[in-house]
Amino acid sequence: MPFRLLKFALSKDHPEPRMFRQPDRLKSSYDAVIIGGGGHGLAAAYYLARDHDMKNIAVLEKGYIGGGNTGRNTTIIRSNYLTPEGVKFYDESVRLWQDLSQDFDLNLFYSNRGHFTLAHTDASLRTMRWRAEVNKHFGIDSELVDPAEVQKACPMMDMTCGGHAPILGALYHAPGSIARHDAVAWGYGRGADLRGVEIHQQTEVLGIQIESDRVTGIETSHGTISTPRVLCAVAGSTPRILDLVGLRSPIYIHPLQAMVSEPMKPWLDPIIVSGSLHVYVSQTARGELVMGASLDPYELHSTRSTLDFAEGLAAHMLELFPFLSHVKVVRQWAGMADMTPDFAPIMGKTSIEGFYLDSGWGTWGFKATPVCGKTMAYTVAHDRNHDLIEDFSLSRFENYELVGEKGAASVGH
Amino acid sequence: MKLMTCPVNGARSISEFVCAGEVRPIPDPNTTNDLAWGAFVFHCNGAAGIKQEWWCHTPSDTWFIAERNTQTDEILRTYLWGEVA
Repeated sequence: MPFRLLKFALSKDHPEPRMFRQPDRLKSSYDAVIIGGGGHGLAAAYYLARDHDMKNIAVLEKGYIGGGNTGRNTTIIRSNYLTPEGVKFYDESVRLWQDLSQDFDLNLFYSNRGHFTLAHTDASLRTMRWRAEVNKHFGIDSELVDPAEVQKACPMMDMTCGGHAPILGALYHAPGSIARHDAVAWGYGRGADLRGVEIHQQTEVLGIQIESDRVTGIETSHGTISTPRVLCAVAGSTPRILDLVGLRSPIYIHPLQAMVSEPMKPWLDPIIVSGSLHVYVSQTARGELVMGASLDPYELHSTRSTLDFAEGLAAHMLELFPFLSHVKVVRQWAGMADMTPDFAPIMGKTSIEGFYLDSGWGTWGFKATPVCGKTMAYTVAHDRNHDLIEDFSLSRFENYELVGEKGAASVGH
Repeated sequence: MKLMTCPVNGARSISEFVCAGEVRPIPDPNTTNDLAWGAFVFHCNGAAGIKQEWWCHTPSDTWFIAERNTQTDEILRTYLWGEVA
C-alpha cells in the first residue's frame, strides 16, 4: 500500500477514479429530483435507476453527500421492532443489507454481531417478551434470554450495574449488525452515478414550484429546474422543506448526540443496548467504542455537542463496564433527528401530486436505508405507495391511525 | 452549564427545566371537526425560528413562557403567562 500511495503522490493525474462524477451544471429538466444526498436519497436514486429504468434524475445536496445523519449515526442494524408494520419493514431492510456489499462491489464492513437489549426491570422484561413474540410470529430470530446468556456473550459486563440496576434478562436478536455508514452513502452514490444519475453537491433548494396542487419545478442556488416528481429525503431539514410546499407535519427536531472512545483491543463482540440506562454501544473493526444515548431534551436545529451529554453517557457506560474508567473519549458529535409522535417514519405520497416524503426517521433511520430506497423508488416510479409503507403515510395522524413504535425504536423513555 | 431564568426563582441550570412545546391556541373541542382537531393534536410548527414555548421549573412547579431561538438555543426572555408580552 505505501508504494501505491507514493506512486499516487508522484503522479501528475489522479489514477484513483473518484466514486462519482461532479457534474458542472444542472440540466433544465429532470424526470425526478431527489432532495438530500444522504443514504436514503442516494438509495432511492440507485433503485430508481437500477430497478425502474429512470436515469434522468438529479440528487441535490446542500452540503456534501453522507454529511448529515448518514455519517452521524451509531450504525446499528436490526429488525426486532414492536409493531407488525415496523417488523415487516425492517426485516426486509436487514435482508437487503446482507448482500449490499456484493451489490456495490464495495466493502461496507457489514459485521454480524448479535444484539442484546438489556432488561433491568420487570416492566421492560415484559415488553421484551412481547417484542420477541411479535418478532417470532414474523419469522425473525429474536428471543428472551436469561442473565447467564448475557454474561456468557459479554463477560466484561457488571451484571448488577454497580448494584442498583441488576440485569434480569435481555432480548437477543442474532441478526443485529453494524456497518460502515460512510461507505453506504458512497456505495449508493457510485451505483446511482454509474447508471446515469447526477449528484449535485453544494446545491441548496430555495423553493418548490407548485401549480394547482402539482409539483412543476424546483428553485435551487444554481438555477431553476423543471420536474414533475420531487422526493424529499432531508431528515432534520424536513420542516423547512415542508414549509416551502405549505404542508404541515408532526415532525419536531431534536439533536441526537453520540461519541467514540479511543481504539482498544477487541473485547466487545455483541451490540449492547440498555433502555433504562440510556446507552447503546458497539465496538468497531478499528477497536473504537461507538456510544449513543437518548435525544437532547428539547427542540433545537443545531448539531452542537454538550458536556452534559458526554458526562451522562460516560456515567452510564461505567455502570455497565466499570473497567473503562481510564479510557478516553476522542470524538463527540450530534445529528438533527426528525422525531414523530409515534416513533414511526412518515413516508410516501402527500396531498401534493408529485411530492413524496421520506421523513420522520428520527433516531432509527440508518438501518432502514436500503428498504427506504427501494420502497420510495417504487413509490416515485409508480406514483403509488409501496405496500410496505402504506401505514406510514402523513395522513395517518389526521385519521388517528398511529403506529406505536416507541417501545422498540430508541432508548430513554 | 446552560442557564435559564425562571420568572419566579431566577437563573437556574437548564437541567431543572422541562419544555412542553410551543404556545398555541386550542380550538374549541365542541365545535371543531375531527380533521382540524387531529391537526391541532399532532401537527406542529417544526421549522427553526424564534418561538414562544411553555417551560416548567420542575423543583418549584412553576409554569412560564420562554421566548427562544430554536436554531441558536438563545433564550431571549422568560415571563409568566398573562404578563404583557
